[in-house]
Amino acid sequence: MGKVKEKPGPLARRPDNSAFKQQRLPAWSPMLTANTVLPFFYLMALICLLLGVWLLLTVQSTHEIKKDYTDLGTCQLCHEMRKDVSNANKPCSCRVDIPVEKALKGDVFIYYGLRNFHQNLRRYMDSRDDGQMLGRQNKLKDPSTYCMPFRKDKDGRPIAPCGAVANSMFNDTFILKYHGRSGPEVVPLLRTGITWYTDKNVKYRNPKTQENFTLAQEFNGTAKPPFWGKPVYELDEHNPINNGFINEALIVWMREAAFPNFKKLYGVLHRAQKPFINGLPVGNYSVEISYNFPVQYFRGRKEVVLTTLTWFGGQNHFLPIAYLVTSSLIFLMAVGLTVVWWKYGKGGKNMKA
Amino acid sequence: MGSVVSFFERLLGTEKKKEEERYLRANDRPFNLSFNYDNNAIRTSKYNIFTFLPLNLFEQFRRLANAYFLFLMVLQLIPQISSLSWFTTAVPLILVLSITAVKDASDDINRHKSDNQVNNRTVSVLINGQLKEEKWMNVQVGDIIKLENNQFVTADLLLLSSSEPLNLVYVETAELDGETNLKVKQALTVTGEMEDRIEALAAFNGEVRCEPPNNRLDKFKGTLSLDGHLHSLDNDKVLLRGCTLRNTEWCFGLVIFGGPDTKLMQNSGKTIFKRTSVDHLMNVLVLCIFGFLACMCSAMAIGNAIWEVREGSVFTVFLPRETGIDASLSSFLTFWSYVIVLNTVVPISLYVSVEIIRLGNSFYIDWDRKMYHTKSDTPAQARTTTLNEELGQIKYIFSDKTGTLTQNIMTFNKCSINGKVYGELFDFSGQRVEITEKTQTVDFMQNPLADPKFIFHDQSLLDTVKEGDPEAQSFFRLLALCHTVMPEEKEEGKLFYQAQSPDEGALVTAARNFGFVFRSRTPETITIWEMGRKVTYELLAVLDFNNVRKRMSVIVRSPEGKLTLFCKGADTIIFERLHPSCNKLKQITTGHLCEYAGEGLRTLALAYKNLDEDYMDDWKQRHHEASTAMDGREERLDELYEEIEKDLLLLGATAVEDKLQDGVPQTIEQLAKADIKIWVLTGDKQETAENIGYACNMLREEMKDIFVVAANTPEGVKEELLNARRKMCPDAADEPEVIKSRAGLFWLKKTEFVQDEKVDGEYGLIINGHSLAFALDKNLQLELLRTACMCQTVICCRVTPLQKAQVVQLVKKYKQAVTLAIGDGANDVSMIKAAHIGVGISGQEGMQAVLSSDFSFAQFRYLQRLLLVHGRWSYLRMCKFLRYFFYKNFTFTFVHFWYAFFCGFSAQTVYDEWFITLYNLVYTALPVLGMSLFDQDVNDRWSFQYPQLYTPGQLNQYFSKNIFVRCMMHSCYSSLILFFIPWAAMQDTVRDDGKDIADYQSFALLAQTCLLVVVYIQLCLDTHYWTAVNQFFVWGSLAAYFAVSFTMYSNGMFLIFSSSFPFIGTARNSLNQPNVWLTILLTSLLCILPVVTYRFILIQLQPTINDKVRYKVREETLPAPAPRRPPRRRISTRRSGYAFSHAQGYGDLVTSGKFLLRLNLKTRPALFSQTDSPLAESQPQHYRTIPEEREEGKSPTQEEASVE
Repeated sequence: MGKVKEKPGPLARRPDNSAFKQQRLPAWSPMLTANTVLPFFYLMALICLLLGVWLLLTVQSTHEIKKDYTDLGTCQLCHEMRKDVSNANKPCSCRVDIPVEKALKGDVFIYYGLRNFHQNLRRYMDSRDDGQMLGRQNKLKDPSTYCMPFRKDKDGRPIAPCGAVANSMFNDTFILKYHGRSGPEVVPLLRTGITWYTDKNVKYRNPKTQENFTLAQEFNGTAKPPFWGKPVYELDEHNPINNGFINEALIVWMREAAFPNFKKLYGVLHRAQKPFINGLPVGNYSVEISYNFPVQYFRGRKEVVLTTLTWFGGQNHFLPIAYLVTSSLIFLMAVGLTVVWWKYGKGGKNMKA
Repeated sequence: MGSVVSFFERLLGTEKKKEEERYLRANDRPFNLSFNYDNNAIRTSKYNIFTFLPLNLFEQFRRLANAYFLFLMVLQLIPQISSLSWFTTAVPLILVLSITAVKDASDDINRHKSDNQVNNRTVSVLINGQLKEEKWMNVQVGDIIKLENNQFVTADLLLLSSSEPLNLVYVETAELDGETNLKVKQALTVTGEMEDRIEALAAFNGEVRCEPPNNRLDKFKGTLSLDGHLHSLDNDKVLLRGCTLRNTEWCFGLVIFGGPDTKLMQNSGKTIFKRTSVDHLMNVLVLCIFGFLACMCSAMAIGNAIWEVREGSVFTVFLPRETGIDASLSSFLTFWSYVIVLNTVVPISLYVSVEIIRLGNSFYIDWDRKMYHTKSDTPAQARTTTLNEELGQIKYIFSDKTGTLTQNIMTFNKCSINGKVYGELFDFSGQRVEITEKTQTVDFMQNPLADPKFIFHDQSLLDTVKEGDPEAQSFFRLLALCHTVMPEEKEEGKLFYQAQSPDEGALVTAARNFGFVFRSRTPETITIWEMGRKVTYELLAVLDFNNVRKRMSVIVRSPEGKLTLFCKGADTIIFERLHPSCNKLKQITTGHLCEYAGEGLRTLALAYKNLDEDYMDDWKQRHHEASTAMDGREERLDELYEEIEKDLLLLGATAVEDKLQDGVPQTIEQLAKADIKIWVLTGDKQETAENIGYACNMLREEMKDIFVVAANTPEGVKEELLNARRKMCPDAADEPEVIKSRAGLFWLKKTEFVQDEKVDGEYGLIINGHSLAFALDKNLQLELLRTACMCQTVICCRVTPLQKAQVVQLVKKYKQAVTLAIGDGANDVSMIKAAHIGVGISGQEGMQAVLSSDFSFAQFRYLQRLLLVHGRWSYLRMCKFLRYFFYKNFTFTFVHFWYAFFCGFSAQTVYDEWFITLYNLVYTALPVLGMSLFDQDVNDRWSFQYPQLYTPGQLNQYFSKNIFVRCMMHSCYSSLILFFIPWAAMQDTVRDDGKDIADYQSFALLAQTCLLVVVYIQLCLDTHYWTAVNQFFVWGSLAAYFAVSFTMYSNGMFLIFSSSFPFIGTARNSLNQPNVWLTILLTSLLCILPVVTYRFILIQLQPTINDKVRYKVREETLPAPAPRRPPRRRISTRRSGYAFSHAQGYGDLVTSGKFLLRLNLKTRPALFSQTDSPLAESQPQHYRTIPEEREEGKSPTQEEASVE
């Protein structure tokens, strides 16, 4: 311990007189005093109150329509049909009516919601191969063992995309129809631009071996996930460049939800033509659903959500209310502290020892 | 360690067979080498380059925590269980292991260096008939080596011959057994004849057979066979390594044991590892945490089983079970998965951080200028770096007296001659003047023989003597004649006194300076120079000192033929024997004595008596008869002494100051204010100890009573203890209340605890060694403890080193309090080792105490800084650290627990794996270290101003099981907020562009950011002392967090290591959302504000002493330095006895011719190295090892040369 400096003289071993070594570093010693604590509490109460009110107003300005269609109306039949595994490949479609009583102004977003679907199970989350979806050749042909048991099909062909996450991809499709004066009209939806930029452009890429290969050729020798009706390169029939691993619906699905109840973006209202330039006008709407995704196995529910957004995101009342509650709590604490301080600590009377 | 080494040695096949007998031949290396004896190289280092890694790793994995993390890592390699990648454990573990390894390596390098230094010392070795300089490590068994004066003994040697007559050598064994007196060894005559004739030595071919190497220092058995004759060898013929040759010009020795076989090395390596109470608590807590972890994991496993049956079984469509795994097995696997996920409750970096903090605090002690002693150029030193926080919890201090409280310097301060006081200064108005260092001293330059170091302030005394005042002259004549001091005058006029007690030395020196110079003595005469005139007195008798007589007398005949008896002794004793004519003088002198005693001076009364020749002849005759009588000699002598020592005429009294070290009374007062009890354990006499007790304010006149326990039977001791206790506390129960409980790991340790009992008023207790021996007996020790603990001050005198340790152990055992022992001498080693913390006073009586101590410094007064500043801060910091550390880790971990309810108990973590890896190591490591290295509640001056700040440490108020539980509750609350607020805020939310934000990765990022922010704010709340470093650490770590996060979630990292960094883009896509930041703000407010509220209310309602002092600090600027009160003058009714560290039996020796001769030549250092060691005192170095049949014929000149 303690290096001894080899300097001559009678005080050779005297320690240095530095502020650090003598523990005299200049320092700020704050203390919880009434002068700082009480104003801080009142200020915080005020800030929280303002924030809460502001957020509440913001959230109130959004409009959201939720429809659980699991066994609603004609979907009841499909729901029953999907209970039987042997009917898995039989198409079934149904219709859900959605009356819009207040116009949804601005961008309108359509989500599908799932309840009680555990995308956050550890083994489920691990069951994917990011390398494969990054378009790496070797991974495409030989997916990671994490994908078990959806790694290779019965014939030994690698599954692309492999793993339980991709395999369980939500495959209901929605066609939103507006029942206006001129009869039913399909509401145009954008199925692209619904993913994170980074996901679409960095995290997911299609395999690329040769310049002139089509997507199907690139995926040659791979099998589709067993639950899928179509191979990965045919996911979007309308938009050929939205296929393969960069299919946005797939990317959205692959971003696993943190909680068992979640909603994922299905599409965005395409506001190019009347009457949807300003959003969805008031009227009757219906959603034609091709009902493929079975939820009865895990006692789940499915829903479709139409909503508008603000800078604060969707319609979530939690934060505004939480801020208002917190504000009142802080205010109560502040009052309590003031009373205590007034009674015991004012002028340092409690410090007299 | 030993077992490991032997294990590896067995592995390498190098372990030697146990030696049965050592057989060697002098000067025959090939022969001796055939036995493979170790050569003289020593190795205290543990490792070499090749064995370092395996051995060190083995060592480290023997620690529970490290083994646990290794086990975790193995678990993580099992894919079914692995809920976290291997690196989450591996990275911290490797880091922790390497930090420890680096520390071990540097320690070992130091040991290598010191080994090398020792091994490369040179010594003369006889090789091939020539003396050659050889390194120590190359010395082989069977070599003959030559040692010179003051050299260290190289190896265990058989002494062959020496420069001294009778083949004697003198060795100092302080390094070996701590005794500072010289010991004598003697070679066999047959080998001694060789003297230093090289050719004879080279031809020497004796064969030694002896016992195998062992650690018994006091035994040796062997034979030397030489020319067909067998000579037996014993301990007296062996020089042991570790001794130093003294007073011997040279000697030759035959190496018997070398290096590791020497008794010194065989005795070393048994250092006891002291551990602090916080350490013990920490171990218990870690075990509790293990239990708690098991509970949590079981809960998770049960939850998983339920979930698997109810939900998981229907989810198998999407996530088929792995083959062979059903719900019950899955729940079993979940248990282990959660062991991995929740492992952070057992903090891997805890032990490392604790070590770092202690190391830092040790450095502060080393660096402290205020504990640096300029005169001796000695800085304080933390020799043990693992006990710092214990310094803040001391409840009992056991202090040695001599050399610790006192400087062991006696000064002749005052005297009263014929009713007149000398030694005090008065100004013109008759007011007493304080004597300081600047006061003019008396100039003794006129006296060529005066001791220049002697300082006296009162010129009037010298004038009085010079004027020829008869009483004053007799006074100093008495001092010059009546003593047992030996003079040494190597050069004309350079006198050196060898006094066996420093008091006597001081008195004789005083006489010398006042013109009565004691010059020389023979058994029959004493020669003094009286005012420059040589006078030789004939010494007729020495009536020696003993404990009962408490006085000593000499009877001398002056050149004029006048017979006088000079007597000095305890005033009470002398006063009984005074002639009635002295009554008036007696009264005056008594007044003076009381005054001296009140100042804590050691007093002696001086008296004389003129004898007439006839009576003296008769008395001498009877004295001769008595001293040759076969039976009842003692009694008869006593009677004779009694008879002659009466009707004395009082001369006056002396007052000698046993100089206290600087600042001792103030330090003791401070420590007492800090509620630390100080017990003085001294080998000194009762009167001396009592005196010092008064001088340093431990015993006070105001005390209600001071009990003296000095009985000689167990019953008597019990009686006295009982009486004392009844008097202090009449209504206490007779049987002590012993609270038995269990503590320690697995509650295996039984503890017994005796409660403190309340006593009104202050009491003191003095107990002597005899009584202590009885009182420490099993039946009485509780009685002793109860009584002693009721007293404010306890002084144990005449105690042996063993008893010192026993007393410490007694308190340790029954008080469950932290003890500190402080001492400077070899006799304190046992108590220094026994106490929780041993402090050595360095730079005085040798290094023995320092070497076995944990902390060392030069002056007793530094103790208050060590405890009140460093100790307090260390404890404060350590406790803050632990509280915060547990808080941050529990909070971190509990969030996983809550998440389990949402993820089907699948052991999914909340945070990114990298965050888990780096949380303890990078993000929170430096801020918490910064706090625990720099924090101080108030600065050192305020710490001194309010010693009461120390008490929370003694009561374990800053960290205990209760506080730990509170930490856990706090963590639990924080984790609830930290999980459920983000959960509620995020679960149904999307970004402002409608895209995902409730996904797992964004949630993980949000949760970890919230956690980190909250944990930082909590740290800020805990930090009381914000230096620039703290600021830098906190802000830097926060910045580092964001920098690292953005880096790890960047495109590049993902494209290179796509499987390790799947969180690509999360930071960018999530942290640009206002609701994320609003969530962070809300969680921080909800986590922190209740804490602030709670603390604020506590400060208002029940402010602690810290709060109060900190409040004062804010109000005022700096404490005014305490005014230095002049020491109070007291008139005491208490008078000291013959307060000399004096032993009986010297009178005879002084008058014995043999003694004089030997004393002069040889044993001075042994005789007069004043220690208060009872060993040294109760067995005055009786020249016991010097054979009686000493030849007187040696020429003095030859022997003179051998004295240094």
